[in-house]
Amino acid sequence: MSEASPRLRVRVWRGNAEGGALAEYAVPARANQTVLDVVTHIQREVDPTLAYRFACRVGMCGSCAMVVNGRPRWTCRTHVSRVAKDGALELRPLANLPVIRDLATDMAPFFDKWAKARGSFQPKDAPDGAVPEEFAPGDFAVGDFAVVPPASKQREAADAGIECIGCGVCYAGCDIVAWNPDYLGPAALNRAWTLVNDVRDGGKKDRLAAVAGDAGCHACHSTQSCTAHCPKGIDPSGAIAGLKRGIFWGVR
Amino acid sequence: MNGVQLWAVQRGTAMILAVAVVVHLVTILVAVRGGLSAAEIIGRTQGSWAWLGFYSVFALAAGLHGAIGLRAIAAEWAGWRGRGFDLAWVAIGLLTAAFGIRAAFGLFGA
Repeated sequence: MSEASPRLRVRVWRGNAEGGALAEYAVPARANQTVLDVVTHIQREVDPTLAYRFACRVGMCGSCAMVVNGRPRWTCRTHVSRVAKDGALELRPLANLPVIRDLATDMAPFFDKWAKARGSFQPKDAPDGAVPEEFAPGDFAVGDFAVVPPASKQREAADAGIECIGCGVCYAGCDIVAWNPDYLGPAALNRAWTLVNDVRDGGKKDRLAAVAGDAGCHACHSTQSCTAHCPKGIDPSGAIAGLKRGIFWGVR
Repeated sequence: MNGVQLWAVQRGTAMILAVAVVVHLVTILVAVRGGLSAAEIIGRTQGSWAWLGFYSVFALAAGLHGAIGLRAIAAEWAGWRGRGFDLAWVAIGLLTAAFGIRAAFGLFGA
């Protein structure tokens, strides 16, 4: 890298649960560089003590989310050219989650809320998750898959939210989570709505009871930050509205 | 009341208020632009079950809607949560409604 090559001014939040401050780094600017590339450069070339988290680098795993210039984003699919302001980046750990160190947050509260929202699939025909032994006449045979027409209304509603990668971007961008620490948050509620629309699932009643009330979908003010921030283009705000409607009218 | 019922009441009262506020504003504009005197206004409201009913429903909806909204704001911004606060909000909502209904009744019986 020559001396004259253009540099990014990158301010990175360094610290732990007790507190921290921004540290500044100069990183060589490159074409088609992602924000995760910048963080990786700092960790490998400048300061190996920098803590951050990533895995797939292609937008599948949901590990690398951070707050970039004030906005939560998946850093592996965010080009520096799209978000840098005058060659400057400010990177902070995801908001609304406890910091472990530097850019790595503790995701446990986020996933605990998925569990609270009954976010796991409950097979209708085998509540313990086992392969069903027998079916009523006219039903599909042992070992076959359930037939769910992809174009059916309910499957389309389930498909709308199923691509969530659990990155926590919506959770970090949600004002209600910041104001009400018990609030389950957009991702968990989106997951609950996805399963409510899954015709193979048998846990609807429990799930709707679990997501109702002041810590659940009824806390949402539909400000739609989650929908605006979701890197996968999912609409958790719409899912939460669906839960409210479903609970009021008594879902199917 | 649980969260589901509060939500349902909030939505229901919002629908009532959407209509009632328009009727209320149009009524004010007509009264002012038409140059109605206080005596003329009382002449129309006195003994009118329609006006009494309309403003009683309006006041009840406004009282409940306001209290539920303030309850959410207080919980989020001040951390005021729990049964004690909920009961206080019910009282505030009904008290607000009572003021409005009392005013409507005053015009009815004036």
